[in-house]
Amino acid sequence: MERQYDLSGVAAPALGALASAGDAATLQLERGAAKGVVVAGERTLADDDSAGCDLAVNGVTKRFGPVTALDDVSLKVRSGEFVTLLGPSGCGKTTLLRIVAGLELADHGRVAVGGADVTRIPANRRPVNTVFQNYALFPHLNVYENIAYGLRARKFPAPEVDRRVGEVLEMLHLEEMPKRRITQLSGGQKQRVALARALVNHPDVLLLDEPMSALDAKLRAEVQLELRRLQRQLGKTFILVTHDQNEAMTVSDRIFVMREARIVQSGPPAEVYDRPANRFVAEFLGTTNLINAWRTNGTVHTELGNLVPRAHPQWEKGFLSIRPEQIIVRSAKPSSNGIRAIISEVIYRGDHLDVYVQPGNLHVRGLPRAGMKPGEQIWLELPARQLEALGE
Amino acid sequence: MNRLLVWYGELATTRKLTTRGLALLAVPLIWIVVLLVAPLGAMVAWSVASRAATGDIEWTFSLQNFGRLAGYDAFGWTKSYLVILGTTLVISTITTVITLALAYPLSFFIAQRRPARRYLWLTLIIIPFCTNLVIRTYAWMLLLGNQMPPALLAQWLHLIGPSEALYPSTLAVYIGMVSNSLPFAVLPLYTNVEKLDWAIVEASRDLYSRPMRTFFHGILPQTLPGLVTAIVLTFIPAMGAFLIPDLLGGGKSWMLGNLIQHQFGVSRDFPFGAAVSLVLTFLTMVGLLILRRSGDEVTFL
Repeated sequence: MERQYDLSGVAAPALGALASAGDAATLQLERGAAKGVVVAGERTLADDDSAGCDLAVNGVTKRFGPVTALDDVSLKVRSGEFVTLLGPSGCGKTTLLRIVAGLELADHGRVAVGGADVTRIPANRRPVNTVFQNYALFPHLNVYENIAYGLRARKFPAPEVDRRVGEVLEMLHLEEMPKRRITQLSGGQKQRVALARALVNHPDVLLLDEPMSALDAKLRAEVQLELRRLQRQLGKTFILVTHDQNEAMTVSDRIFVMREARIVQSGPPAEVYDRPANRFVAEFLGTTNLINAWRTNGTVHTELGNLVPRAHPQWEKGFLSIRPEQIIVRSAKPSSNGIRAIISEVIYRGDHLDVYVQPGNLHVRGLPRAGMKPGEQIWLELPARQLEALGE
Repeated sequence: MNRLLVWYGELATTRKLTTRGLALLAVPLIWIVVLLVAPLGAMVAWSVASRAATGDIEWTFSLQNFGRLAGYDAFGWTKSYLVILGTTLVISTITTVITLALAYPLSFFIAQRRPARRYLWLTLIIIPFCTNLVIRTYAWMLLLGNQMPPALLAQWLHLIGPSEALYPSTLAVYIGMVSNSLPFAVLPLYTNVEKLDWAIVEASRDLYSRPMRTFFHGILPQTLPGLVTAIVLTFIPAMGAFLIPDLLGGGKSWMLGNLIQHQFGVSRDFPFGAAVSLVLTFLTMVGLLILRRSGDEVTFL
């Protein structure tokens, strides 16, 4: 059953039932719905009924010719959650977002928004909105008309359009520019207009397709925080696609790491960073030291000697992974997991030092301190609770 | 005027540079004067002269040629020339509409083929474009002949009498005109459609718009420059057509082009022909100006 976008809870089932009666009926219903909103009075984006619907993707597969873009992917997003689909280009993250938006149809599997199946519902009738990668603003319309586009498509009465557009203009600090042409806007302003154009529709789920890739690094950092704040304030479900692990760590409640058409790990940023499921995740999020390792019975051997990882591995041959900032530099031999090393390179980064040591070309990150010079001999401790045993 | 300055790392005077600039401009200027200004001047001069009984030009300096086109001659008023003018506008307009109706979907069709196939389709469009107009028109005469399938079908449907051909007829004129202008419309539209930003179309769909609304806001504004170019390249040549209406229309529905051709040929009335040509040029310029106004950024190929 199709979900209507903006109905009060009471009217929704009845209207939903009628909606399938055909286009004419739908048109009338949408008009009715728009009026209903006016009668309901001062409902704002923040206390909108549809705020934060959950999303369920179940066993979705998508092929483009010989290429499998998504292979039996399932995920659940709780209402009001901010999740990120993170992965290298070509991993299927954008395809997954487009399937949720209705811009692509899944070959197999189902998509449900707020418990209602939308798998076969076209994009223009789904209660989700998208912020596109290059914003895709309408070049022939001004800022106001761009934002009002979705409301006009649903034939909202003029005062309601005006009120809602005014609300998002204020929320995104665009009050000065409703009459501006799109070509007169900076990258950051375009991005906010694109966000406003989606949010003005009070979508159940907001989809963001690498919305910050066209911004410069400094602005991107600001926008990430702004986006996070906005999402908290609205309590809406946000799904962000990105290949930037920093961005994912900054904004998300949960990260879904994707690789080659599959989700390989999901969890809160700290969990994905500290407890990567495999070598790929460990390398993709931040930097890590990978140490070739093999196991005989209860002992894990490496080129650096025997080491004790956090959890005993199942594999015969694999990797031990530890983050550069988790290796501890000692002046004396530590009680366990100690390595005698010679400093080969020291790079001063201002707020920290990047030190490379032999053997193993390990990367150690720490606070600047005296005595760290190339050629020095030091002891390193690889604490067992941060030393992960990983498969490929 | 004769200031010393450094120009592209070279010491020069303004006068020297002006001379050099004029020298560089000379070739295109001569080109324009010989091929554009001189013939146009000759036309203007002829248009105010009149035809002597012998067929020679008599330098009378009057506007009687323009009066004659408006229908006033020695015997009072007649609408015959105005009918030709009207026919020209109607045929050109209908030709443009039909051509665009065919070219618009065709350019989308081509733009959506795989790159290798696209060039095949474009080549198919361009081949007739490289063929002589007379040959193409005679080819249509053959195709529309009374023993060919199209005519046989029309005969069987009793649209035309038994053993009649499909030409000369208005239909044949339109077939000839549209097929002639199709490449001129498809090429600018195709280059436009190929660059279309489909994300805008998707944004429209994402924002609750039905296909029609998506077309009018997502696709049409983006193809407007190509559309304007296609209209210009279809309408203007159509206004000047004379061979196609002559051969495929059997000389029954005259256009301004036929009238001009006749004055410079059979009638040997150069002054009247020049006057009609000037009016045609003027009408074309007006059309161009209107299109210039309507499209902000019109790009010609």
